[in-house]
Amino acid sequence: MDLASIVKILNLKVYSGMDKLNRSILGGYTGDLLSDVMANSQEGDIWVTRQVHQNIVAVASLKDHAGIILVHGAEPAKDTLDKAIKENIPLMVSEQSGFEVVGQIYALIKGGGNNAVTGH
Amino acid sequence: MHVHEKPIYESSHTVEGGNFDEAGKVASQIKANLKKVGLRKDVIMKAALVAYESEINIVSYAKKGMIQISVTAQKVNIEAIDEGQGIPDINLAMQEGYSTATSKIREMGFGAGMGLCNIKKFSDLFQITSEIGKGTHLKMVINIVNGS
Repeated sequence: MDLASIVKILNLKVYSGMDKLNRSILGGYTGDLLSDVMANSQEGDIWVTRQVHQNIVAVASLKDHAGIILVHGAEPAKDTLDKAIKENIPLMVSEQSGFEVVGQIYALIKGGGNNAVTGH
Repeated sequence: MHVHEKPIYESSHTVEGGNFDEAGKVASQIKANLKKVGLRKDVIMKAALVAYESEINIVSYAKKGMIQISVTAQKVNIEAIDEGQGIPDINLAMQEGYSTATSKIREMGFGAGMGLCNIKKFSDLFQITSEIGKGTHLKMVINIVNGS
């Protein structure tokens, strides 16, 4: 499933990286501790976090994440948005909680039908 | 250590202590440069992580520091040298979850006590020395093996 479909289904507000929404999403990671995300997330992941500081963009860029979803309607800090635009990384916001966001994305990309769960 | 191996890439980067706005910049530069060198992706990812955590440690705990990287056909050598407060108890600092980070640092998502553990975990060789009031010196090696 591509990122654009996830944006549409979850009704995410997209702040940056609009031209990167065609990327296919195979997995994701959730966390607010940057070292945890650095060590355990994978390339191409969608990262769900409540952390709004600009350092999230550096982490997403270093890990080649497909994008960042901020939860609970968290407004990205201005520096964060500026960096996300500069790095052209999709920065998105959901009004829902992290639990709800992750649950829906998991069901969309891993659950349903005969598709085997392929966690990493 | 094959100290006489000729490097195919070398660079040195200064890191400013306390400047969280720029934190991660050096690691990003190193990652971009290693891509140009043509290293395998998993090696680049390990080096980027090691450089990132080293950089965050300097930003968090030192006045200033330096990250040096040297790549040979066999390995990536990374050193992080800082002028900082030093680490009183290295064994304690190496314990996952142990941190002396301020609440300001933690609010930004750092200071979870995972940095040094991550560096060790993603390096094939890891060496740390520290002197109170002087600073800390990290030496890391990431092996480049054939295949993936």
